[in-house]
Parts: sequence; structure tokens; C-alpha cells
Amino acid sequence: MSAREEILARIRAATVDVVEKDPVTDVPVDWVYDQPTPLTDVLDTFEENILDYRARIVRTPASGTADAVVAALAAVGAGSVVVPGGVDATWVAAVEAAGIEVVRDDPPLSHDALNRVDAVITGSCVSMAETGTICLDHRDDQGRRALTLVPDRHVCVVTADSVVSDVPEAVHRMKASILEGRPLTWISGGSATSDIELQRVEGVHGPRQLFVVLQE
Amino acid sequence: MTATIPRLTPAPPPGTFLGMPAFPRAAKEALENQQLRKNLRHVTQTIRAKRSTRAEEVENWEDLRTAGEQIKNRVGRHLDQYLLQAEKAMTEAGITVHWARDADEANRIIVEIARAKDTREIVKIKSMVTQEIDLNEALEEAGIAAWETDLAELIVQLGHDRPSHILVPAIHRNRSEVREIFREEMGLWGVPAPEDLSDDPPDLAGAARAHLREKFLRAKVAVSGGNFIVAETGSLVIVESEGNGRMCLTLPQTLISVVGIEKLVPTFEDLEVFLRLLPRSSTAERMNPYTSIWTGVTPGDGPQDLHVVLLDNGRTKVLADPVGREALRCIRCSACMNVCPVYERVGGHAYGSVYPGPIGAILTPMLRGLDSDVDKSLPFASTLCGACNDVCPVKIPISDILVHLRNKVVEKKTAKHPTVESTIFGGVGWVMAKGWHLALVEQFAGLAGKAMKKQSYIGPIPLPVAIAWTRSRDIPVPPEQSFRKWWAAREEEGK
Ligand code: SF4
Repeated sequence: MSAREEILARIRAATVDVVEKDPVTDVPVDWVYDQPTPLTDVLDTFEENILDYRARIVRTPASGTADAVVAALAAVGAGSVVVPGGVDATWVAAVEAAGIEVVRDDPPLSHDALNRVDAVITGSCVSMAETGTICLDHRDDQGRRALTLVPDRHVCVVTADSVVSDVPEAVHRMKASILEGRPLTWISGGSATSDIELQRVEGVHGPRQLFVVLQE
Repeated sequence: MTATIPRLTPAPPPGTFLGMPAFPRAAKEALENQQLRKNLRHVTQTIRAKRSTRAEEVENWEDLRTAGEQIKNRVGRHLDQYLLQAEKAMTEAGITVHWARDADEANRIIVEIARAKDTREIVKIKSMVTQEIDLNEALEEAGIAAWETDLAELIVQLGHDRPSHILVPAIHRNRSEVREIFREEMGLWGVPAPEDLSDDPPDLAGAARAHLREKFLRAKVAVSGGNFIVAETGSLVIVESEGNGRMCLTLPQTLISVVGIEKLVPTFEDLEVFLRLLPRSSTAERMNPYTSIWTGVTPGDGPQDLHVVLLDNGRTKVLADPVGREALRCIRCSACMNVCPVYERVGGHAYGSVYPGPIGAILTPMLRGLDSDVDKSLPFASTLCGACNDVCPVKIPISDILVHLRNKVVEKKTAKHPTVESTIFGGVGWVMAKGWHLALVEQFAGLAGKAMKKQSYIGPIPLPVAIAWTRSRDIPVPPEQSFRKWWAAREEEGK
């Protein structure tokens, strides 16, 4: 018998006491899915929680996004930045005009080349206020996963209409990306560890600085 | 004598978890380690307080726990269906799915994949299941170096040590010990620690970043565990803090994920329950820094060769026990450890298993069977205070299962010779059965209290049963007046 057949047989033998074969009828789940968490102001809560993670955030009207991105790159001390193909052309033009070197991932950069770039600029997919979490589904404006991982600084643009209250609404919105087979990365603040005497240290392997531009 | 082959990775301490002494002896050794006790007290108390804040701020926390319980019960009771569904979805997404009856089979599968990739090293994300199967040593024997990339696991690995806590595996080490380990060991296995390395945690983390980055950038194969597999879509989920997980899941061309067969959730929507329960119960954060979810191969992004090893290794034995199977709901958050008064004092090494604390005390003997002394002693490594039941995000009735297993241990021993446990249980039964029995016992204790008045703590009691219990505990001297007497006197006065 193959391992697969044997394990399945063991499971069936172990659960002979389960007579109802329909899982949903057998064990009802009382939970009501996709409920918002009541918040006085979703964007304010999002901002507070981003700051709570010791990341930075600036709020801007859409007309100011390009300038805010340039200012954010300067604030994190980036001299070069990798830009995914789908990032808004006006931001890229502003960054170039500010004298910051723009690196394209086309053809794809090697790990080592990526490791030499200071920063990355991306858009985002959905964000959650209550947990201060930004989700990427790695579309063209966010790039492949390595781009938001290897460089040490991440400037991320979040649009106000993509911010929801909490995890349930966000999971609901991201289902479409999952069905398209897209990988998801959820970022809450930045890389951190409390492994040594429980003291929180920001930045172990992921980007050590996260700068959020919230476009209202 | 066999010739010594130079090791590819730092040697772990001699012996295996299974060969470790039974709980009472291991606990005594741990209690003698002052540093361990101090650190454990600090970590468990800090996380405990934070966890309850994070749970309380969720208005419907109790409903959320019930949802976790129900969803996981649904999975466990119909595990064959969900596994087949997950297998199909993963295969369609381009993942190669393997099944492993036990640790050896899982290790063989992983070694074979790594060999086919012609690699001499792999990078690893902290994963309890790979510790359970002792993968690192299997790889070492096969000539493949396995590098731990989680900071705490790196400290443990470079320190030739074993993890002592699920969440903060190196909690038994303080900062100056970590600095010494890094200074002595890093250079032997890769990028050395800077000459002037201080014992400041940010500096130590910086040294780990530099040491590991070299390994991440060149690794061809990574091994991970998995927090959840979504049966419906075949998506894998990994939650982490440091980003070492993302490095392993993203940079190498090949990724092998070893996942226990119980780790399924039926639908993607179910993640809204678990991705709230887990971080709040575990690191006591609203959300952990990074969560990665992937559904098979994404062309041009991340590993192009994905494998999942579905591991039984005793889980079906647990499933076969209708009382014990509730333990399979465990999402390895470690909340039960952090509230456990026994764990706080003895630490993780005393449990003789990768799964320490209350969950270890029930899961390990069920996974391995009640045969060894370690496993027979584990269900007794508890005071049955029940604190673990109250914090468990998936409502596992840990103390009920402990009692259930104690009965099994007692049953196993021969009926001809009444054992210590059956005597105690018989005795407890007698004491509790009638009020006057308890009163009688209390009177004796009260007399003993009088006799020992000058001492405020009783040391080891020289009786065969009591000695095992009191050797590692300081028991307050019984008060001269028992609670019952005090209550009666109070009632009298009130009249
Ligand atoms: S038994 Fe419950 S509290 Fe303990 S680790 Fe598992 S899920 Fe967490």
C-alpha cells in the first residue's frame, strides 16, 4: 500500500465513529463571516497602528502622491530605487527628476543586483486598519515578491478606498487574488524580532524601514 | 572506532529528545538552572499580560474561539475528504504532493528532492514539524547542511543546543551568552561576527542579518513548515516575524514544505478566524509582521519547483482517540505554555519533546504512545489548574485530556501490583468523597504545620511518593488552622 493509501485508511479507521459524512452538516460553524469591526475612523486607526509599529506614514491627496513618494525616499535615505513595471509613471518621473537612480526589474535582476538597490516603491492591494496591515497581491504595481523583500527600504502607496476595518473584510476582498493564483504578502510594520531577552528589534531580514504614503 | 567525519553544521547536544530523562528528573535539572528560571519567568509573564490585552480588545473573542474550535473539528472529523481536496487543489496549482507515514519516510523524501537538485545545503524556516522528524540530522547524514534562519533557532543551532520554547526558542540564553555564541561559532560556518560585536540586541540581530544574507542569496533549496493549508484552494500560509521566512519562501528555486495532516482549514474565508486568533494568542500582537500565502507556482516569481510533504507520524493515532483528538486542533500558538505554572518553572527542555508545556504533555504521549518513561510521565507534568484551557484559542480541553491520559497510564500498569498513581488517585478519591475525610486530612496537615512552625517551607518529604513531588517544589507549611476550621469559626463569630 502506498503511504497515501495507508494514511487515508488510518484516518478512515480512526474516524469510524463519525457517521454523518457531510462535514458541514456534521459540524455546524456558528461564525458569521465578513463582518466589519466597528471603528470610529478607519483611516485614523490605520495611521495609528502603522505608527505603533514604528513605521512612518504620510497622508496626501492624490495630486500630491508623486511628491510624497519622492519625500519618503529622501526620508529613508535611498539613493537608488527599484520600480515594478506597473508603478504610476508620474511617480517614476518625479523620482528621476529628484536625482534618485531608478532601477527596472526588466529583465529580472539577480538576487545580488537586487541586494545592491537601496529601496523599492510599490502600490498595494488591501489594507486593514485594526491591525495596521498592508497586503500585496504582487500585481504589476507591486512586482514579484523578492522586490519588496531584499532592498532595505520600502515605500508603499496605499489608497484610502483600499483600507478596510479588519481581517475579515480584507480576507473577503483578497479571495479574488487567491482564485487568480496570486501570492499574497501581508506586512504589519516591518521585520522584527524579540528573540533576545524579549527586547523588540526592528529589521532582521526584511526591509528595515517601511514608509507608507496614504493617498486620500 | 569510526573515523570522525567533519560536520557540515554545528553538532546538536548528544542524545535525542526521546532519550531524555523522564519529566521529574529533567524538571529537577531545569529548576537548578537559575538563568533559565529567571528568563522564563520574564518571558511568560510579559507575553501572558500582553496576550490577555490583545484578546480582550476583540469584542467577540469568545465567538472567535468557538469558530476556531468548530472549524478545526470539522476538518478533523472529515480529514480524509479535506486532504484529498487539498491534494487535488495543490496538484492543479503545480505543487508536487508527497505523503509520509512517519519521520523516516518524510526525511527520505526531502533528502531525495535535495539530492536531485544537487545541493549541499538548504535554508530552513523555523518549523516544529521538522524538529519533530529530526530533519536536520537526517540531512547532515546525507551530506547536506541545513541552516536555521530564524534568529532564535540560529542561536540554538550555533549554541549546539535545543529550543526551549515554541515561540522564543532561545529564551534560556541571555544577551552576553548570545554574543559569545556568535563570536565563537559564526566564523566557523559562514560570515563571521564583527570583531567588536556588542551584546546589544540590535547589534546581535545585525550580525545575524549579515551572516544569513549570504546563505539566503545563494541557497537553491529551502525547507519550511506551514501554519495552514487551505483545502479549497491549495494555498499554504506561513506567519512569521523576521522576514527569514519570506527569504526562504521567495529566493530559492525549490521549496519543500513539511506539513502535518491536521493543518488544514476548509476555505480561504476560514483564515479570517485563524489569522486573528493566532497572532493575538501567540506573540500577543494584533498581527504578526509578515504573513505569506501562496497557491502553487507563480511564473517568474518565487520558487518554480514546489513540494508539500503531508506528514502523519502518529497523528492518526491521536485522531483515533475521540477524547484525545481534540488536541489536533492545536495551532501551536504557545499561549498555554505562557500561562502554565509548571512550564514557567521548568522550561521546555524538561518535557523531552519538541512540544513542551501543556500541549506537549498531552500531544507527545499521544503521538508517540505511552511506552517510554518520558511519555508515561508527561500527563503528570501538570497541576490541573486549568489556566491553559481558558487561553487556548481553539478551546482544547487540555486538563480533561491530561486526566484521560493519566487513567490510560494507570490502566497500563499491572493490576496485580497497585501502583503509586492508583494509590494516590484512590487516596484523592477517598479524601474528596466525604467532607469528613477531607477534614481529617486537614487536621493531620495542621498538626504537621504546628510541628514545623519554625520553618516556613517544607523541603523534600522523605516518603516515596511525596519526594518526587516536593523535590522540585517549595511547599508552604500547612497553616495551623485549615480553611474549613477558619470558615466554621467565622460563621460561629458571626452568629
Ligand atoms: S494547545 Fe491551544 S494554547 Fe496551546 S499551543 Fe495549541 S492552540 Fe495554543
